[in-house]
Amino acid sequence: MTKELICAGFGGQGVLTIGRFLAQAGMAEGKNVSWLPSYGPEMRGGTANVSTVISDEAIASPIVSYPDILVALNQPSIEKFAPSIRPGGILIYNTNMCPHGCKRDDIDIISAPMVDIAKEIGDQMVLNMLAIGIIIGKTEIVSYAAMEKDLTQYMGGRRPELLEMNLKAIKKGIEIGKG
Amino acid sequence: MEIIATRPETLTKTPFTYCPGCLHGVAHRLIAEAIQEEGLINSMCGVAPVGCSVFAYKFFNFDMAEAAHGRAPAVATGMKRARPEMHVFTYQGDGDLAAIGTAEIVHAANRGEKISVFFVNNAIYGMTGGQMAPTTLPDMKTTTSPYGRNTDDIGFPIRVCELLDTLVAPYYIERVSLLSPAEIIKAKKAVSKAIKYNKEGRGFTFIEFVSTCPTNWGVDPVKSRDWAKENMLPFFKPGLFRDKGEGV
Amino acid sequence: MAKILMKGNEAVAEAAIRAGCRLYFAYPITPQSELIEYMARMMPKVNGTFLQAESEVSAINMVYGAAGCGKRVMTSSSSPGVSLKMEGISYIAGAQLPAVIINVQRGGPGLGDIQPAQGDYFQATKGGGHGDYRLIVLAPASVQEFADMASEAFELADKYRNPVMILADGMLGQMMEPVEFKAPKTDEEIAELWKQHKDWCIQPNEDGDAKHHHEINSLEIDPLMLEKHVNKIYAKYAEIEKNEIRYEEYNISDDNEILCVAWGTASRIVKSAINELKKAGKSIGLIRPINVWPYPYEAVAKAIGPKVKQVYVFELNTGQMLDDVKIGVNGKVPVKFWGKVGGVVFTPAEIQAKLEECF
Repeated sequence: MTKELICAGFGGQGVLTIGRFLAQAGMAEGKNVSWLPSYGPEMRGGTANVSTVISDEAIASPIVSYPDILVALNQPSIEKFAPSIRPGGILIYNTNMCPHGCKRDDIDIISAPMVDIAKEIGDQMVLNMLAIGIIIGKTEIVSYAAMEKDLTQYMGGRRPELLEMNLKAIKKGIEIGKG
Repeated sequence: MEIIATRPETLTKTPFTYCPGCLHGVAHRLIAEAIQEEGLINSMCGVAPVGCSVFAYKFFNFDMAEAAHGRAPAVATGMKRARPEMHVFTYQGDGDLAAIGTAEIVHAANRGEKISVFFVNNAIYGMTGGQMAPTTLPDMKTTTSPYGRNTDDIGFPIRVCELLDTLVAPYYIERVSLLSPAEIIKAKKAVSKAIKYNKEGRGFTFIEFVSTCPTNWGVDPVKSRDWAKENMLPFFKPGLFRDKGEGV
Repeated sequence: MAKILMKGNEAVAEAAIRAGCRLYFAYPITPQSELIEYMARMMPKVNGTFLQAESEVSAINMVYGAAGCGKRVMTSSSSPGVSLKMEGISYIAGAQLPAVIINVQRGGPGLGDIQPAQGDYFQATKGGGHGDYRLIVLAPASVQEFADMASEAFELADKYRNPVMILADGMLGQMMEPVEFKAPKTDEEIAELWKQHKDWCIQPNEDGDAKHHHEINSLEIDPLMLEKHVNKIYAKYAEIEKNEIRYEEYNISDDNEILCVAWGTASRIVKSAINELKKAGKSIGLIRPINVWPYPYEAVAKAIGPKVKQVYVFELNTGQMLDDVKIGVNGKVPVKFWGKVGGVVFTPAEIQAKLEECF
């Protein structure tokens, strides 16, 4: 099984880390992974996107033409990438910053006011963790256990309250993802 | 019979290939003697430039590298970093050091590389046949300044010691001349000090030799010295610019 | 050892240190900044030398000096910076010194842009610097391979006393994939590596050694001597051409109707297109040169199966490898090329469409 993701949004929304943590957790579960960011001047305050592939087989192209999953944190990301989602694929988007949504009816769409929810949990910064949770809840491409383990290692014992908040966001996301 | 002068072991038996009256041989000899006297024959290595002294790697009797034009300070940096237990010097002319290699010399000096640089300034490109150098004097005729160096067009000669003296890191900077026996004796003292500091790993040391090029200047060797004294020394004044070991 | 998720730029730097590289000289340029920054962080921890040079020109000449001392030394850059290094690379080849150069290619010509490209194939494989010389050129297609090539490059450089280039691109530099590293060489092993060059390199005269006078040099003023020198180097290149051809065969079979040839990043994208078309019952093979000099001409020729009616070359340039493929194909079947330039990277879908046109 191969799952191809694109995560896109404004620079600073943490889209690159969504892909990074998914890839890291996928690797920990023994899968092949690749993580390919957009880079350069466009990253400075502009739009950022990352292609992540998680697969049981060797990964051919790290560039994703037809994502199975698109996470769009702003409207331009929907305009740019939603048309290429594979039929039957998944669009996860942030209603706070995607006022026009998406018109496709051949894909599964999950939307939530992700900025509001993140703020409720404690900080807008955990928006990316919320997105990771939604992906896990909806697709189980990686397990919550692997994600928790990886995040705990990544934080390395620093600021346990921050780890707690991040895990809370992931769990909330899983709830949303499961619908 | 008592031997009062002989070839230092630090020079190979290969005969110098310089023109009659050229002072490269004198500069080589001073450096070789100083290395010998400091007992560094087994741990010294050098970098030869592009220019008349391009074959210097054949003349010094220890390991030598031949650098691309102007790059000797970068090559020496690589050598010193790779073999910190060795002592490294470069030998460069004015086109090599003050034109194509300006960046390399300024930054090696600015890093305070623990190397010695011996810079021979004769105000002209010798090997390529007498073209204008960055140190060619105002109004001086060369094959590429046939009407004399026009300072409105091409600027003034570069005084390298003064330029390097603006940097913080260099340890020792001195300009000497090779234009008379008395000055050669002074030059030897400066070379010895640079090699001694090099041996002690103190920092970047730089000696400029004011020299001649009878062939490309088109004058005989004796007159070339007189010409240099009259014309070069007023612009390139010998003297000590920097000596962190002893102050100035 | 467990796998680590790492950017290509950092993985190759780590692998180089593990391979015994203790000297690194470079100048910052995008998209290889993570490489120089990784070296700046890690070299001091292994008592190695990290030096940010004043220019690419200086950096490669520092490499020349350190390589002349027989030690494993590396520099890295991206396309415009590699152009600046070409002078020094020619000298390193002429003086027969072992050194490793990494090019994380970006779009050109000129300042170009900073996105992934393969526009330096000619420069790397056909010359770049002046005179008769060759670079051994390794072209990775994954982060793991990029890292593995660090130690391979040093081995080849030491074995043949010749500069070796790893020709990567911005995508390989920037992307993260799992990497498994080899165990780092110990200080004792590294000291042994240096000894293999003691007959020619710059080194002190130890007690008891015969006094030596080693010259690190590419100058031979006598034409007959230079001729002899170049012929000697070319005899070495003939050996390299015999021993060091490496390529990957992907989906090669007698059923192939199309044979693709692609290298580096481009080959990954072509593989995806081949996989998609396989689902539709189409049989397409791929030859991926792993070393692009020496080039696997015979492998290309052999891979042309009985049903192949088209050889298709895909590159992120204007067709710089095309002539090499044509030499391999030698007129047996038509050869086509399609590519993207300027740092625009083709997608699997685009390659798929191009291949579908052939049926």
